[in-house]
Formats: sequence, C-alpha cells, structure tokens
Amino acid sequence: MTPTSMQVFFKMKLSRALIPALLLSLFLVSCGGGSNESRVITGNQQGVLHLGNGTEPQGIDPHIVTGVPEHHIIGALFEGLVTKNPYTLEPEPGVAESWEISEDGRVYTFQLRDNARWSNGDPVVAEDFRWSWERALTPELGSLYNYMFFPILNAEGFATGAIDDFSEVGVKVLGERTLEVTLREPTPFLLQLFDHYSTYPVHPPTVLAFGSPSDRFSQWSREGNIVTNGAFTLTEWQVNSHIRVEKSPYYWDADEVKLNAIVFYPTENIVTEERMFRDEQIHFTNEVALDKVPVYRSEQPELLQIAPYLGTYYYLINTTREPFDDVRVRKALSMAIDRDLLVETILENLYLPSYALVPPGTLGYEPPETFTYDPEQARQLLAEAGYPGGENFPSFDILYNTQENHQKIAVAIQQMWMETLGVSATPMNQEWKVYLDSTDNFNYSISRRGWIGDYVDPNTFLDMMITDGGNNKTGFSDSRYDQLILRDAPATLDQQERFKLYQEAETILMNAMPIIPIYTYQSKHLKHPSLKGMPPNIMDYYNWKYVYLDASQ
Amino acid sequence: MWRFIGLRSLQAIPVILAVITVTFFLVRAAPGGPFSSEKAVSPQVQAALEAQYRLDQPALQQYISYLTDLVQGNMGPSFYYPGRSVDELIFQGLPITAELGLYALLIAVIIGSFAGVIAALKPNTMQDYVPMSIAMVGICMPSFLLGPVLVLVFGIMLDWLPVSGWGNSYGDKVLPSITLGAMYAAYIARLSRSGMLEVMSQDYLRTARAKGLPEYVVILKHALRGGLLPVISYLGPAFAALLSGSFVVETIFQIPGLGRFYVQAAFNRDYTMILGTTVFLSTLIVVFNLLSDIAAAWVNPRLRYQFKK
Repeated sequence: MTPTSMQVFFKMKLSRALIPALLLSLFLVSCGGGSNESRVITGNQQGVLHLGNGTEPQGIDPHIVTGVPEHHIIGALFEGLVTKNPYTLEPEPGVAESWEISEDGRVYTFQLRDNARWSNGDPVVAEDFRWSWERALTPELGSLYNYMFFPILNAEGFATGAIDDFSEVGVKVLGERTLEVTLREPTPFLLQLFDHYSTYPVHPPTVLAFGSPSDRFSQWSREGNIVTNGAFTLTEWQVNSHIRVEKSPYYWDADEVKLNAIVFYPTENIVTEERMFRDEQIHFTNEVALDKVPVYRSEQPELLQIAPYLGTYYYLINTTREPFDDVRVRKALSMAIDRDLLVETILENLYLPSYALVPPGTLGYEPPETFTYDPEQARQLLAEAGYPGGENFPSFDILYNTQENHQKIAVAIQQMWMETLGVSATPMNQEWKVYLDSTDNFNYSISRRGWIGDYVDPNTFLDMMITDGGNNKTGFSDSRYDQLILRDAPATLDQQERFKLYQEAETILMNAMPIIPIYTYQSKHLKHPSLKGMPPNIMDYYNWKYVYLDASQ
Repeated sequence: MWRFIGLRSLQAIPVILAVITVTFFLVRAAPGGPFSSEKAVSPQVQAALEAQYRLDQPALQQYISYLTDLVQGNMGPSFYYPGRSVDELIFQGLPITAELGLYALLIAVIIGSFAGVIAALKPNTMQDYVPMSIAMVGICMPSFLLGPVLVLVFGIMLDWLPVSGWGNSYGDKVLPSITLGAMYAAYIARLSRSGMLEVMSQDYLRTARAKGLPEYVVILKHALRGGLLPVISYLGPAFAALLSGSFVVETIFQIPGLGRFYVQAAFNRDYTMILGTTVFLSTLIVVFNLLSDIAAAWVNPRLRYQFKK
C-alpha cells in the first residue's frame, strides 16, 4: 500500500464510521433524560404504585364500561355506597356510613356520611345516587351491566322501557343524605352489588355540562373534565400508554390513603409484562404466563401470588343438537375427562379440577358433588345411549377461541374422549368475535367457556342457566331450576336455607350436564416485595385504600 | 413535472375510494359485531347501542353518511372507546409511530447503505460475504424474535436499556428503533450493494479514475449518487410500510402507536377505527410512493428529461 492510498483508506473509514456513530449517539441522547433508577425504586420513595393492568381500558364511565382493567381504575376514582375489606371481602362503609335493613329484608335505608365530597369540593348527596342510577338504567344509554340493578323494585321494567317514570323504581331520596332502596325480593348479596362500579355515582352537573346523560360520546369522563368521589383523581390518560391517578384531598378518608399516586399500564402482552416486572418497571403484574409459573415457583416463589379465583372454565354442550340432546351422552363425555391428569400435565398443577359450575369457597357455599372421573360408567352410559364403544357416534368439533392454552386443553380432551369412549372430536379454533358469534347462534357442538363471578354468591353463576338466559347458550331448560333460582332462593332470608336451595338447583343442573366443568381458575400475579396491603382473595379484588409501599424492602 | 404530479394525485382518488368501499362492507360482513361480548347483551341494550352508533340504518345509508363525514375530515366516533373520536386516536398514535419509523429508517439507511457500499467495493471477498450474510439473516429474522432477544441481552442481562415504553424513561426508544430498523437495514444493504456494483462498472467512473481523482472522491462523489438510486426509490414505500407495519414492535415494547390501534381495532370490530386507520394508511402509502417517484426523478436526470417531454 502506498502512503496515499493508506491516507485514503483511513479517511474513508473514519468518515464513514464517524457519521453513523455521531448520528446514533445524537439519537441516544435525544431519547429522554432522567436518572437510571428503576421506576419501582423511585415509586417506593414517592409513594407511587406502578401496576400492570391488562388491556387498555375502554373508558372510565362507570355506567358504560364492563371490563376488569376498567374496574381497577374506576375503583380508585369512584366510591359506591359500600366498599369491601380486601382481607375478608365483608362489606365496609363507603359513602354510606351506616344502613338499616327492614325485617323482611326488602327495604334498605342508607345514611350517607356528611364529609363525603366530590373532587371539586361538592358534597356527595343522596340525589347524586338516585340521578346516577336513573342514568345507568336509561335504555338509550345501553349499559351492559344494567342487570346489576334488577333486584331493585321495577328497575328491570324501567331498563327495558316497560316503565317510563323512574319514580316508580324502588329508589327514594328521603333527605339530603338519606337514600331508601326497595327490593323486589330480599337479596342477601345486595350490599355487594352496591360495591360494583356499575352502581357508583357520577357527578350530575359534570355529566350534564358535556351533553345528554345517555350520550355515549360525551367527553365528561376525560382527563380535565371528570369529577370523581373516590380516593384518587384522574390526572393523566394516554391511550395505550398509561393512566395516572393521584390522591384526592377531598376524599373523606384521605388520611387512611397511603399511596400518593397509582400509574396503570396496559399490558396486554403478558410476556412483555413479565419483562417489565423483571426490569422493575412495575410493582405488580396483571397476569403470569402459565409456562413461567414453574420457573418462579422453583426460583423466586416469594414473588408469585397465586390464589383461588371466582371463575370456572367449562365446556358448553349444544343440547339442541343430536346426539348431545341425550343426557347419557353428555354425562359420558363429562365423566371421561380425567381432570386431575389435565391439571397435572397441561395446567402446571396450578388450577383446581372442577366438577360443578360454582367454584368452591363462595362465602360458605359448597357445590354439590354429583359425579367423578369414571371411565367405566362413561362407556356404559354411551352404550346405553346407543353408541357402544363409540360406534356410529358422529364426529364433532370442540370450538375454542384462538389461544394456546385453550388449544392444549382441547387436544388433551379430544384424546381422552377417543381413548375412553372411542368418539372422534376435532379441536377447532376461531378468532374471538367469530367464536362469540358461533356460540350465540348455537352454531357449535361443544364450545369452551369461562365465567368469572360479578359478586361472591352462587347466584352469579347459577342464574346464567335459567331457561333462555342470555348466557345459557346450551338450550338447557328446567322449570324446577328456574323456580329455585328466580323465586325461591331470592325470597329466602336465611343464608343456610338459601344455599341449600342453590345446591338443589346445581344438582339439577349437573344431573342434566348441559355444561362440562373442567377447572376452577386461580388468579396469578408477580408482586414486588415492597408492595403491601394487596392480599390475595377469591375476587382478585384490591381496595386501594389499604395498599402501601414499604421502601425498606 | 407538475403535470405528472397532478395526474398521479388524481389517480390516487379512485384507489382510496375503492379501499374505503371494500373495507366498509367487509368489516360489516365479518362475523361478530362491535358490541358482542362474553356476557350476553339484552335485545334492548343491543338496540340502544345500534341506535347510538347509527347501525340501525340501512348499510347504504351508513356508507353515504360515512363518506359525507369523511370528506369533512370527520372519521366518526370510535365504537370501542366511548367518548373518543377516530381522528383523535389516529393523531395520538401517529406522531409516536412516525418517530419510531423515522429512527428505524435512519438506522436502516445508515447501517444498510454503509454495509452495502462496503460489500460492493470488493465483491466476492470476505468484505462482501460477511455484511451480506448478516443482511440475509437480518431479512429472515422476524422482529418478534429480534425484539425479545435484544430486550433479554440489553434490557435484562446487561440492564443498559429499559425493556418497554416510549418516552417514559431514559433510552427506551433505542431497542424498538433498532428492532424495527434491522430488517429494513438488511434490505437496504442488498439494494445498495447491487446498485453500487452496477455503477462501479460504468464508463463515467473509469473516466473519473482516469482523471486521477482519489478513490474516496470517486466513490463518495460519483459512484454513490448513482449507486444509491434504488435505495432512494425504496425509501418512500419503506417509510409507509414502517408506519403501517410497526404493530409487532409496538406490541413487544408497549408503544402507544398507530400500529397497535390498527390491529386492536380489527379484533374489537371497531368499525370506524378500522376504516379510519385503513383509509389513513392507504393514503399515506399512495403519497409516499408518489414522493419517492418525485425524489427519484429529481436525482436521476434521465427521468427528469422524460418528464419534460
């Protein structure tokens, strides 16, 4: 190499290498400032909780939205008449400081506390509740959760348009701070409904300032507009990025609120969520991927929070279709599933095998035991139904919405049915909305389903299966069952008596077997050691007032 | 040239109109509606919702009122996010996706053309094989693999960079930009290599060398200009593709960009949002194709001469 070409070589190499290097470093520098300390560490110092919250919330109007992520945020922003203790799930006073229940259990009189305030300083009065409930029940609003009010006298009539005048509904304002609620039947779980966000009050002047109360396009619940009555107020909301709420000085129990702020991050991708947790960007994950559970169990079990959850995973059977209209066929299919094996091999020993619709431990209710895994009897039942050894049994599909775990379960059950009964099923996946459409239109034979209770009572599961119930989807119909669920149980005041009626109803249900229970859900989270006051419970319910961060951890 | 631009713009209108029409009726033909959910919706509630979102009108009337609104720049309310308009959501996601796309493109152009030129200088030697093999791997490596690998190495093992977010913490824009840019860098490397190879054998380069110009002047001043032409005409479509194709990267890194809105809208059957993003992105693609044609004409005198005629 001559000296000149050496120079050329260096010049070229330098200039070519320098420009991109310079640009890249410029870009690195432009990417924001701040310290390198993790969000969890700074959050602990400042009392700011960072939380993985599942999908992006649709909104925070309590009378419009329906999801669990929304529930977490609305629970921080609003407060209903009562709240729950996160340790016991017993009702605790919320906006109402006390309440009286009439002897027949049909009339509830709530006394509102005089220091309950909206985040603009206005007092929270009984009329706010009456107005809010009228709004929630107005047919034009199209609230999906309006059925939560249906135990109230004439609420259903008003919601369906049969009654025009809201004064006929059993909600009366007796004084500025006294609210009387009259029920159709004594409903022992009523107080739990008044802790559900669909019954939370909204600030009437704010809603009216942004349009008609039944306008779904209204801007009233946007940051800057919204006025709330809970422990926190909304300060930032960037769709798909984060929602930030800060402690409200007007909240009546502000002294008890330990956190200064909560930041909710949408974490629809649970793999990314777990990385965020490992990188100390969040204190708490909304979920843990099933295949990560064994790793955490063996390496960092202290970070894993697993608890029974009020939800059942089951298969619907289309009882309007042959051969599934024969109860012996349905029972044979259910008895041929080895749930213990399923839980052990596919579900990482995480979920619990289930033999009934209602999960165990629902505030004292225990579901009846009507059947077990019994391949011998399953084969016999199928033979009695005219299909000995699965002979002539038409092949059918197991429908599920596209998801890896649903698929694994369907494949395993397909094999069990083939080996035990000799019937041939094909797992078939459909995209979520297509799957919903197929099930709604009875365009399926066997379809996967999950149900999470709205409140801790067998009723939230069993009232699904009444004749032509919107969530029944199986064609199951039994007049005695309907009588028990719609008339007898709601009219019974004594809890033990009532549970007996539910047990009778569930026994009828499981003997008819329009559904095949598979397992009981468990809630699973990753939790940073500094996060306290978020105990596991069957509702996976958090009361933000109890939550605090211990920086010493 | 102006006549060319005008004609091309006019051609775009029927294309976009066709996109709107097909999308409008396709989303409505898809099974499952925007309000179907796991919990049963009572008939009264369903009717109330359909009335609020004008779904109770005949499809043709919905189509006409949608077009009327669109001409006035109103893409309607989102079906999934009550109280938010499609315009608002798009213009919230767009700057983020555009920024991400710009960084990715910057990385792609710098690394890609650098590698391509280096390879073309000594074809069929190690200096050619090494960058081109890396480029081949880059094209084949999907971002849903590269992203998590980068996160694992730089985010968790080395703990240099945040694993997710956009503009929330220091340096969280680096990994997504590299992930998104990598594949395009690989394409550009191959494009610029073949472009350079073609130019290097041309007579005018021999002339330049014969004049006694130093090699780096020959390369930087004479060869690059022609050699990078294919890259320039690729940039427009590439940027449009980056804007519409950043969904995977946005999901991996929890970035609140347009790509996520687009895909979520389809899953949610958010009719107006699907339409809005489709119309918006197809317009962008048409515009960027047009721009890259113009840029190519501007760089290439032969094309310019054709337009003048």
